[in-house]
Parts: sequence; structure tokens; C-alpha cells
Amino acid sequence: MNLLEKLDAAAAARKAQLPEGLAAFGIPIDESYSATEARIGERRVLMLGTNNYLGLSFSAECREAAHKAIDQEGTGTTGSRMANGNYYGHRALERELAEFYHCRECIVFTTGYQANLGTISGLAGAGDVVLIDGDAHASIYDGCILSGADVIRFRHNDVIDLEKRLRRLGDRSRDTLIIIEGIYSMLGDQAPLAEIVKLKNVYQSTLLLDEAHSLGVLGETGQGLVEKSRMINEVDFITGTFSKSLCGIGGFCVSNHPQLNQLRYVSHPYIFTASPSPATIASTRAALQLLRDGSSLREQLWKNAYQLYSCLKETGYCLGPEPGPIVAVLLDSPKRALTLWNGLMAHDIYVNLVLPPAAPEGKSLVRCSINAAHTTEQISRVCETFSKLYPTVTQ
Amino acid sequence: MSKITQTQITELLCQRLACFTDVEAEISPETNLITHLAIDSVKLLNLIMEIEDQFDISVPLNALVDVLTVQDLANLIYKIKLSS
Repeated sequence: MNLLEKLDAAAAARKAQLPEGLAAFGIPIDESYSATEARIGERRVLMLGTNNYLGLSFSAECREAAHKAIDQEGTGTTGSRMANGNYYGHRALERELAEFYHCRECIVFTTGYQANLGTISGLAGAGDVVLIDGDAHASIYDGCILSGADVIRFRHNDVIDLEKRLRRLGDRSRDTLIIIEGIYSMLGDQAPLAEIVKLKNVYQSTLLLDEAHSLGVLGETGQGLVEKSRMINEVDFITGTFSKSLCGIGGFCVSNHPQLNQLRYVSHPYIFTASPSPATIASTRAALQLLRDGSSLREQLWKNAYQLYSCLKETGYCLGPEPGPIVAVLLDSPKRALTLWNGLMAHDIYVNLVLPPAAPEGKSLVRCSINAAHTTEQISRVCETFSKLYPTVTQ
Repeated sequence: MSKITQTQITELLCQRLACFTDVEAEISPETNLITHLAIDSVKLLNLIMEIEDQFDISVPLNALVDVLTVQDLANLIYKIKLSS
């Protein structure tokens, strides 16, 4: 089988698994009206499948900052941070993020994916060990591959399993990077951070926490799980993304270890790519300020999340382990998940469809994500629709 | 457990793999995990976790890139068990 035939075979297998399901992936968004509504084809659709947790994508402050940056600095930097692409805005955002997390160092990357790729591959290398949660995001897996370290998975959020694996490593646990996430992207559950910190201290390992989905969502000022758990001085490295609560694109790593700065010289995903555009950096800086001051947005977000979670639970749906901005509905077959997804689309509600092997434990997911801009009426409409569709997925 | 042989590991794998595949085929040391048994990456990782517990070892994911057949997997597990 040659290279192209392999792709043909994969496409055929996908189509055979779910002949009508392919439309759910990469659906064309024809027009975006607000943080909660868009046009798909001829339909005005309620968006319940974005990562726009604080609903800031249309905020006046962010748009104004982006416009101003384009006018003053142009549309792109056309170069790497290591060459001509190291603008004032990049350095200012790094200072602001470091200050936000009360950390000494910060590096801004061009995407959140690259933040994990660049941090992990810069920290770990051949002979080291990376211990990752089984439900870790693909950027973490890919960063591990790029690092050349030995990569070992532990069972999702299972502290006993993690300890077992640390014990097996013996002295190598001191050269081990443990990687977890604040909120996991598929099931929406949170890592048991305090227990994991205890283990990493006992085994003298290093801990990296990815706050991609928890930044802006958890903690009094929105730092993430690290703030909610009061563990800021216990986590060695924190990565995050600008593409969710901050409504831009890009990523970062903060740390109190001065060695983080050295990654600028060894991390290929940092060096060999153009830096984020001035508009992206400017809107992210404005969004970060709104996020820090956004306790009322977080309050609304959690109110919405509890409303949807409790209503779907009462209806009888099988959900992810805990309420939060990601409400995952677990279905036992791709066909049922697609039936539910199609039913929601027929009622002008867009959610994410996740099929095996992308979903954990061989399940299929209809993944809803809530934001602070959703109104109580919108969430009620979603609840009613789910309730109406329940018989179609239990037959 | 420490005296387990490579053959015993291979036999054990053949038994366990039967539970992880929907394909009805006789499983031998030469059986290819992907082309013969259609074991996807997630199923393989779940199988590895079971095996790890059984032998009290950890199998690095990067070591799996050279694993194509049941025999390859048995060899890897044996090697890790010996050095643990």
C-alpha cells in the first residue's frame, strides 16, 4: 500500500463507520453574529460547541485593540521571535502573564498547540521520562514524541495509578515530567491537583499543568485550577492557550524556574515559526485584562453550566463526571451520537460530535460547551430540545 | 512472575488480544496487530495498561513504534520485565 492508498483506506474506513456522519466535522460557519449565534447555510444557529467560555469574542475592548494594532504595526510580523518578530506587544504580554500568575518567567508561543509542543520538547529529552494522563490532549502527546523522552501514560485522574508508575521508575522519577490538565477537554472534569502535587513532591518530579480549558474559568481571578486549588507555588510549569477564554490564538508557558527562558534557544516550535500577529497580541492583552476583572462573567458561566448539566442529568442523559463549562453527553454508539447531533442541528443548535477513537473509553460524545454570554432562555431552549430528543437515543 | 518466559508472555498476549479485537481470527505470534486484528491505537493503549499491571512494569509509548506483531510486543514486554 503506497502513501496515498493508505489515506484512501483511512477515508473508506471512516465512511464505512458512519456514512452520513462526515458532515458533522469541519462544518462551514458562514457568518458569525455574536458569541452565541452564527449562520450555517440558511440557518441561524445557537452555538453550543465553541471554547469561547467568557463570551469575549465580540468585546469592544478586544476589537478596538486589534484594529489599532493593525493600523500601527501591520497585519503580520513575518518572522520568528528569534529574528525580526519580537515586538513590544509580545514582550508586554509576557510580562503581563508572568505578573498575572505571580511567576518570574513567561514565554508566548504562536499557538496553544505549540506552547505544549515547545515546552515539553524543550524540557524533556532522551533518557528522561514524561508521565501523562491518559486523556491528555494531542498537543501533549505530540510534544512528548518530539522530546524523545520515554512516555508513560497513567489512568485518567487516577492518583493511585500515577503513584504506581512513579514507584516503578525508581531513581528516574527525579528526571520525570508529570503532565496534567486543569479541565480535560472531552469530559470536562478537573485534575486532582492537590493529590498530584503531593506525589510529585514525594518522588521529586517536575509538574506541568495545562490550563487551556480552565484559564478564565476557575479561580477567583481566572488563573485556572492552580488558583482554585491554591497551588501556584507547587506547580513547576503552567501552559495555556489564547484561543479559548481569551478569544484569540496563541499560547504561553509561565514558571518560577529561571531556566524557562532558555527554552527560547532550544525549542523548535518557538524558534522556527512566525510570531503571533500584532492584532492577535493586542486583542489577547485586552482580553486578559477583562478575564482578570471578569468575576461576574465567571459567575454567569457557572450558572449556565449548572443549569444545563442538572437539566440533562434529570432528563436521564449519561454525562461527564462533574458540572462545568464542558458538558459531555456520553452515548454508547457513534450512530446514537450522530442521531442526537442531527436532531440538535435540526433544531438549530450546534454542538461538537466526538467519535471513537477520539473520545475516551470507546464512547461517543455529544460535547456541549457553555459560555458566559448564553442567556437563561437560550440554555432553557437547549434543555427542552435535549429532552424532546431523549427518546430517539434510548430506543 | 519474575521467572516468566517469553513464550508464556506470547501465549498470554494471544489470549488477551482475543478480547480486544472484533476480528475472528486465530491469533499467533506472527499476527499483525493492526492489519490482521484491526486494533486501533486506543485499544492497544488499554491493552498495554492491563499488561503493565499484570507484570508490574511500565511500557513507554515510544517503544511501541517498532511493534507490529504479537511477537514484537511479547519481546518488548519480556525485555522490560527483565530489566525491571
